[in-house]
Amino acid sequence: MMKNLFSNNRETKLASQKQLNRRNFISFSVFGGVGALLYGGWRWLYQSPEETPGTTGGAHKLLRRALNQNELVFKNTLSNNHLVQTYPKSMAAKSVRVNSKIGMEDDDFDGSKWSLQVNRRNGTSLKLNLEDLKALPKTEIVFDFKCVEGWDQISHWGGVKFSDFIDHYHLREEAKLQYVGLATPDEGYYVGLDMLSALHPQTLLAYEVNDEPLPLDHGFPLRLIIPVKYGIKNLKRIGSISFSDQRPPDYWAEQGYDYFSGL
Amino acid sequence: MKAIKEKHSVAMRWAHWINFPVLLIMIWSGMLIYWANDEYTITIFGHTFFHFFPDPFYKFFNVPQRLAEGMAFHFFFMWFFAINGLLYFLYTIFSGEWRQLVPHRHSFKEAWHVLLHDLHIRKMLPPQDKYNAAQRIAYTSIIMMGFGSLVTGLAIYKPVQFYWVTWICGGYHLARVEHFILTVGYVLFFLIHITQVIIAGWNNFRSVVSGFEIIQDQPAANIKTADDEKSI
Repeated sequence: MMKNLFSNNRETKLASQKQLNRRNFISFSVFGGVGALLYGGWRWLYQSPEETPGTTGGAHKLLRRALNQNELVFKNTLSNNHLVQTYPKSMAAKSVRVNSKIGMEDDDFDGSKWSLQVNRRNGTSLKLNLEDLKALPKTEIVFDFKCVEGWDQISHWGGVKFSDFIDHYHLREEAKLQYVGLATPDEGYYVGLDMLSALHPQTLLAYEVNDEPLPLDHGFPLRLIIPVKYGIKNLKRIGSISFSDQRPPDYWAEQGYDYFSGL
Repeated sequence: MKAIKEKHSVAMRWAHWINFPVLLIMIWSGMLIYWANDEYTITIFGHTFFHFFPDPFYKFFNVPQRLAEGMAFHFFFMWFFAINGLLYFLYTIFSGEWRQLVPHRHSFKEAWHVLLHDLHIRKMLPPQDKYNAAQRIAYTSIIMMGFGSLVTGLAIYKPVQFYWVTWICGGYHLARVEHFILTVGYVLFFLIHITQVIIAGWNNFRSVVSGFEIIQDQPAANIKTADDEKSI
């Protein structure tokens, strides 16, 4: 076998019909056998049960494991030095695409009564309003927003760098945990982020788009802009932020999508 | 006794037959992903001739509303596609088989003659060797296309972490277009490949399973010089 594997021998030789029959029999048996095995394997995978619904759900068990393993591989390339490409403001879309209103479906939402709840490690929580956040240094970014569906759009956002927010409110102890969880006030939409991505220097708690306060559709008064993730992680209308060593619940990961969803 | 010629190595045969179902799954799961933003058309001077893909096509292959599933399959089987392709590539390099595969300086002229012959326009066939000139070009291209799919795929999959790959591809949009065109290329290749395999017949097909080809209609004297490897 090994000799054959690396043989580049194309000489002509003589073989008896018996020898040829034998070779054909072995080759075609292996061909058919392995083919049947692969087909069986495929059928098994395709019909295999979905994972038990939990933090993630909706994917075949084996495929979920593969997604999680991929995360371990590609987490290694995550670095604060790997910045998302930025563009001049003039290239930013004037009309920014609205793709979803999940978690923002109640029409009687009153932005003036909104506050951000930050759950600390010791069980206490902070209540912040928009003015508190606006008092912090403002960071702007013009980048190519990428949706898991495949479209992308260059857009311009302004707000507080997430890492600045962590420093200012003395949340460094919390930031030592592995995950951040964010949810809308009605908890209809929620995402989980690995801490490394959350602390990436381009992650913003955004309150402006195109130099204007966020419209309701874009998550007024405060939304997440996390350029190292697909759009599904860029939660609008943040109601609460919490920290954990376990993966926080994630709306789309429960429906078959990759939990990491990093770019 | 029959005169036979060892044609395809075990490594080549395994790589070929593993790649076939894996590529099929990649194309299918890629289609599930593409559906979520199916923006490509063939449009010339404002007139759209074809939209990728028409609704009956989606319906026939049960494509709609399966983005998450498509991604899960795609990002699992991508490893098999990549590793199998890479092993085959390394094998051709180290075994020296690349010499029979890569086009040489006469290949393009000869490939034209092969085409004319296949279309029954020209009677004479250029030297066939293990692979004729048209095959050399086709099979080398398909390997390069495989590389192209890996590179453009990575550019779309991790455009931030591998920003330089995305840059090489000409940006996120172009990488997506290239990835798509390559896939269309595989389908076209497949159609021509299958046609040629059917025309070439059983002896040729068997050689990709069993490895050897039976030489019946050639006089013995010709066989010895048939190995024109040395003359290249």
